[in-house]
Amino acid sequence: MTAPLLEVKNLSVVFDTEGGTVHAVNDVSYTIEAGETLGIVGESGSGKSVHVLAMLGLIPRPPGRIVSGSVLFEGRDLLKLSEAELRNIRGGRIGFVFQDPMTSLNPVLTVERQLIEPLTRHEGLSRRKARERAVELLDLVGIPSADRRIGQYPHQFSGGMRQRVMIAIGLACSPKLLIADEATTALDVTVQAQVLDLVRDLKKRFGTTVIWITHDMGVVAGLADNVQVMYGGRIMERGPVRSIFKQPHSAYTWGLLRSLPHGETRLTKRLYQIPGQPPDLTEPPVGDPFAPRNPFATPRCFTETPPLRQIEGMAPGHQVAAWYDLPALLAAEQGTER
Amino acid sequence: MRSFFSALLRSKAGLFGWIILSIFVLAALLAPVLGLDSPVRGSLSARLDPPTWTGLFSPGPHPLGTDQLGRDILSRIIYGSRVTLAVAAAAVILGGIVGVGLGIVAGYFRGMTDRILMRLVDIQLAFPLMLLALLVVAALGPSLRNIIIVLALTSWIRYARIIRGQVLAVREREFVQSARAIGSGTLRIMFRHILPNVLTPALVVGTLELARVIIMDAALSFLGLGVPPPAPSWGRMLADGRTYLSTAWWIVTFPGLAIVLTVLSVNLVGDWLRDYFDPKQRGLK
Amino acid sequence: MIRYLLGKLAESAIAIWGVVTIVFFVTRILGDPSALLLPIGASPEEMARLQADLGLDQPLFLQYLSYLGNIATGDFGQSFQFGRPAMGVVLERMPATMELAFTALILGTLLGVVAGTIAALNRGRLAELVVMLFALLGQATPVFWLGIMLILFFAVDLRWLPTGGYGTPAHLVLPAFTLAVFVSASIARLLRSNLLDVLKEDYVRTARAKGLMPRVILVWHVGRNALIPVVTMIGIIMGELLGGSVVTETVFSWPGVGRLIIQAIETKDFPVIQAGVALIAFIFVVINFAIDLLYGLLDPRIRERR
Repeated sequence: MTAPLLEVKNLSVVFDTEGGTVHAVNDVSYTIEAGETLGIVGESGSGKSVHVLAMLGLIPRPPGRIVSGSVLFEGRDLLKLSEAELRNIRGGRIGFVFQDPMTSLNPVLTVERQLIEPLTRHEGLSRRKARERAVELLDLVGIPSADRRIGQYPHQFSGGMRQRVMIAIGLACSPKLLIADEATTALDVTVQAQVLDLVRDLKKRFGTTVIWITHDMGVVAGLADNVQVMYGGRIMERGPVRSIFKQPHSAYTWGLLRSLPHGETRLTKRLYQIPGQPPDLTEPPVGDPFAPRNPFATPRCFTETPPLRQIEGMAPGHQVAAWYDLPALLAAEQGTER
Repeated sequence: MRSFFSALLRSKAGLFGWIILSIFVLAALLAPVLGLDSPVRGSLSARLDPPTWTGLFSPGPHPLGTDQLGRDILSRIIYGSRVTLAVAAAAVILGGIVGVGLGIVAGYFRGMTDRILMRLVDIQLAFPLMLLALLVVAALGPSLRNIIIVLALTSWIRYARIIRGQVLAVREREFVQSARAIGSGTLRIMFRHILPNVLTPALVVGTLELARVIIMDAALSFLGLGVPPPAPSWGRMLADGRTYLSTAWWIVTFPGLAIVLTVLSVNLVGDWLRDYFDPKQRGLK
Repeated sequence: MIRYLLGKLAESAIAIWGVVTIVFFVTRILGDPSALLLPIGASPEEMARLQADLGLDQPLFLQYLSYLGNIATGDFGQSFQFGRPAMGVVLERMPATMELAFTALILGTLLGVVAGTIAALNRGRLAELVVMLFALLGQATPVFWLGIMLILFFAVDLRWLPTGGYGTPAHLVLPAFTLAVFVSASIARLLRSNLLDVLKEDYVRTARAKGLMPRVILVWHVGRNALIPVVTMIGIIMGELLGGSVVTETVFSWPGVGRLIIQAIETKDFPVIQAGVALIAFIFVVINFAIDLLYGLLDPRIRERR
């Protein structure tokens, strides 16, 4: 088997603020194979976006600071690269799609200018060649009459169209890895579905590896091969999407799944809400970060941090960081209810 | 080191402004009991005496020297600050009453009233303020009352603009809507519900306007169009001292420093107030 | 864009009308100029004849209408002092005023942009503190006092430069630098805070995520957005420079319109006061119109609004 495309090892990121040191990302390790789509799911503040931005030098430093870890991409440790070397990778080998293209696109520059920037920067294309390629890209992401619209400004596009422009920018230099951060969050449900279709289609055609960061389990279900659930700067559970949806082993994942509207339950049941507040990461709790909100927490959850591991009865590749056995507890609960 | 400098920039500046401003206001208020020389009567034997501390020939106790008529400069600066601060404060308050009032009316009634008032603001803004002030003082004649009116005339605009914006937001808030729903009168809504909500921005605008008005007042008296003599005024001291620039540098130096320090402290207090009342601007991020 | 342009043009026209109207009514309060033009002891008949000549015996509203008609052709009447058309007298002085204002504006803007950028890029360091201190002092220092102080040092003590007057580049140095200090202080402060705001914008992160060079990001993504409010500021500054010309030109004995207006006020030369003030206000309106256009060019969102 070939080496993974991206290998994150023991990554920890903190922010030095006036209120103290915020431990935003704690000892995160995972790998992504070439061609895989990894969905990273979590609430805001879970570290899901921050750790990805951090490893590419996109968090403000200070206050941000990478404390430890290594991130191997195509055999090189991104954390050891100089800013100039990272610049060569960003937008070239690794493309980005950010949330809310209203604010993520520069309001005073034309779409053309913003789209050809990575092309002239990384591929050394002339302005004319870059423009041709840019029109192709807009076409590719499904923007009608791309040749005309390329000269327009972001505010002249609808939200969905802007997000397509954003995707075109991310894909401009045919990156090995595409990182999408809440890329469909700001969109209406129908537009969101169209954009997701587009991404699935592009993925199929180019075999791009994708990291899809979202708070929405529903988005991940239709898109990702593997899912990784983060909470309090840690990975709580990780595994093939089917396995996770079928049998979550982390109480947090279980909560996220229960808060999803399903076809039949939508009208009859109130949606589940995970009780409590996300942890204060200035003083990260000892033990399992989710324990204070977890109805299944055991005493050990409050004293010792569970490692991410595979436990008995789990599908291959499925791992969880939990001291309790969720499937067994759920089964028992159902038993008592009957 | 970094946080030291940014902390210095952020709050020490406000503190500095408050302290300097308090000193000036106290000196102005206490001027009669400070045992100063007369600011208007000098002695010809003490003409153009340099400041005592320069060690040059200087018989009298004049810490900042004397002017061409032998009047003590420190005393004139302090008594001048009474005039300057009183005129500026009166102008800013008068301008504030007019500006806040019109701003509330424009923002509350919107529509035609708003459009006419804002057009008026635009027209006046097309007029360089200094020229407008000059023209009106020249027309009305320089007296204490007229100077205050003129300065107020240049200052109502900024209040009106900012307050109008605030009112447009406030009038949609629930407590205004419910006051209207229970049939409160228009005047009552404007005074009871809207006015209290725009006082804070008005205070911030007023402070920053105060700094501008002090400079404009000094400029007018520098041109001989300020509060008429014998009342001491900083601008006039500068104008008079120009003639003696090569022999008595102190006449123009110290009144100017007084203006700079006053305006600086008022600006710092204004900036501090704005940050203090607008938490969005405060803190990191 | 056309609608935006026409809208701005209409606004400018209304502003100019407003300005000349204010000038008319304010100068009419200044008093009856006929008393000044005649020797003391002139008979009431002579007075009445002169008033009829000047049109001062007509109702105020008719005077206003004929005033509007006259100034539309640039006719502000004869200067009492010079016995020539007032507008001609003013126009002769205009180049000196514009020379000073624009030199100061360009110099000050360059200084301010450099200083503001340095301050923003060195957040929390000594460089920012120094720039901000200078900017705060520059904003608090009255131009006329700074001018006098610079004359004291460079002209009276060091004798490097003339104390005042007009003609050679050496005469321009002190007044231009004095005004440039004021200009750069305002621009540096505004630009610094704009830059700091823009640096936090999401689109700057996007630009960084594209791997663009820092220089490209600073100029195209940060600078352009941060400069838009500065353009508005330049309009305000121009008003201060033109209006403040009455003061600076007095300090430096600069033979421009500002000093002319002061002289005209002293001699109650109404036609010159009217012409001078109206012309400066007119130029200010034109500059603001140009600035609105520039604003529209810089910010594409503006063009479609309204």
